[in-house]
Amino acid sequence: MHTMMQQLINGLSLGSIYALLALGYTMVYGVIKLINFAHGDIYMLGAFWGYYVLRYWHVNFWVALLSAMVVSAFAGMLIEFLAYRPLRHSPRITALITAIGVSYLLENGMSYLYGASPRNFPQVIKQENFHIAGLTVSNIQLLILVVAIVLMVALQLIIKKTKMGKAMRAVAVDPDAAQLMGINPNHVISFTFALGSALAGAAGVLIGLYYNTIDPLMGMTPGIKAFVAAVVGGIGSIPGASVGGFLIGILETATQAVGLSAYKDAAVYVVLIVILLVLPSGIFGKRTKEKV
Amino acid sequence: MLKVSNLFVNYGGIQAVRDVNFEVNAGEIVTLIGANGAGKSTILKTISGIMRPKSGLITYNDRAIQNDSAAAIVAAGISQVPEGRHIFAGMTVQENLEMGAFIHKGGTDMAGSFEEIFTQFPVLKERRNQDAATLSGGEQQMLAMARALMARPKLLLLDEPSMGLAPIYIQKVFNIIREINAHGTTVLLIEQNAKQALSIADRAYVLASGEIKMSGTGSELLASQQVQETYLGA
Repeated sequence: MHTMMQQLINGLSLGSIYALLALGYTMVYGVIKLINFAHGDIYMLGAFWGYYVLRYWHVNFWVALLSAMVVSAFAGMLIEFLAYRPLRHSPRITALITAIGVSYLLENGMSYLYGASPRNFPQVIKQENFHIAGLTVSNIQLLILVVAIVLMVALQLIIKKTKMGKAMRAVAVDPDAAQLMGINPNHVISFTFALGSALAGAAGVLIGLYYNTIDPLMGMTPGIKAFVAAVVGGIGSIPGASVGGFLIGILETATQAVGLSAYKDAAVYVVLIVILLVLPSGIFGKRTKEKV
Repeated sequence: MLKVSNLFVNYGGIQAVRDVNFEVNAGEIVTLIGANGAGKSTILKTISGIMRPKSGLITYNDRAIQNDSAAAIVAAGISQVPEGRHIFAGMTVQENLEMGAFIHKGGTDMAGSFEEIFTQFPVLKERRNQDAATLSGGEQQMLAMARALMARPKLLLLDEPSMGLAPIYIQKVFNIIREINAHGTTVLLIEQNAKQALSIADRAYVLASGEIKMSGTGSELLASQQVQETYLGA
């Protein structure tokens, strides 16, 4: 019981990271029906940006976090503009394969430019552990959870209250009707990439702080797990992505808790297979027939 | 105001619109009637910039618009109420209307627009915080029309606004089209309900197999034996 509670706490921190990433997948899918497989690599770019500004510019943590979000947002918009926009009217599989290509380009490009070996992320916030009722919670775990929740609430406000946020929902529901309102789909798509990538960049900096180490391939596995989280929650659903992220994080730590550490990744993929078999539209997804 | 010249549009590999010419003058209600598949919707979608013509010219206030983006065409003052309503499900009635006013910047009188719309469509005021998908078909059609009006268009394109509605709403839709026109908005209406459409139209064109077969004033066509036999089932 005690171990389970401890792993639940660990799972929530890890789940926050997956949730932030899953939101980007689900928003982009909602608007252009593309699984952006390069999304995990934006998270890596965010982590590297954080690393550089903390290490060489000696900024404080919050500046690193916010600037990583801005840089990642621009990176996301640039990738969309260069790689996906020219394929807007191509078959979906073309864009999907391109996304995988962009992912390889970012991973190997960063390895080539900066080396593939892991780096130590500057520990600008000194870790302190709190002991409550026999459970250990670190200040960094709390920080991750709080930042993730604040960002999710901010995202929800942007989507519900701002003009661009509403336009995003309109494009996701009915792109043709949205155009008839005078909404330029390209602006909405750029905006969506910017929002999703900013969250990924934030997640990258947070994970750097949590795991102390970053490398150019760090986005691969979390990227896929966050994709699973988005599918579990119901791809296209924003609350679904948050819940899915936490569930996957908790599942992963729970697998470790029962002594199956070696299978923690496998457990996530088993969940993907099971969800696709029994609940293909996910927890929050609407079951819709493909329109002809 | 709107002039369509020698318009050809392909749709799914077939020529859906062939050498179509017609015009809409400021202040008029003009209707295109014709059977299903005659090419009516294709013409409207091409004017709105959702579809591209193969050749031909569409001018709006003497400016060619056939290559403009849909967003630019809305900004120029042409709004479309699409066939099948296409309201934004999962968004409230109010949010749907806000999307209608998307082209207007923050400085415009949104409260005024809402007030006008709610006077014209009281049912939408009652349901403003409801998910638009929960409205009845007739209410959704009201919303689709109100949403298009939020852009304050000078020319309103209506694609089959009475389709699938209960008789009481059909009458309502045609009354509202008259009202909108009386308030100074020019109307281009596409309808399968030819009798009703002709009775409110200043002028009309009959479309078959992508070509214009006849034209005249609404009452002329309503009286024409050929139109009666083919479209009015008389």
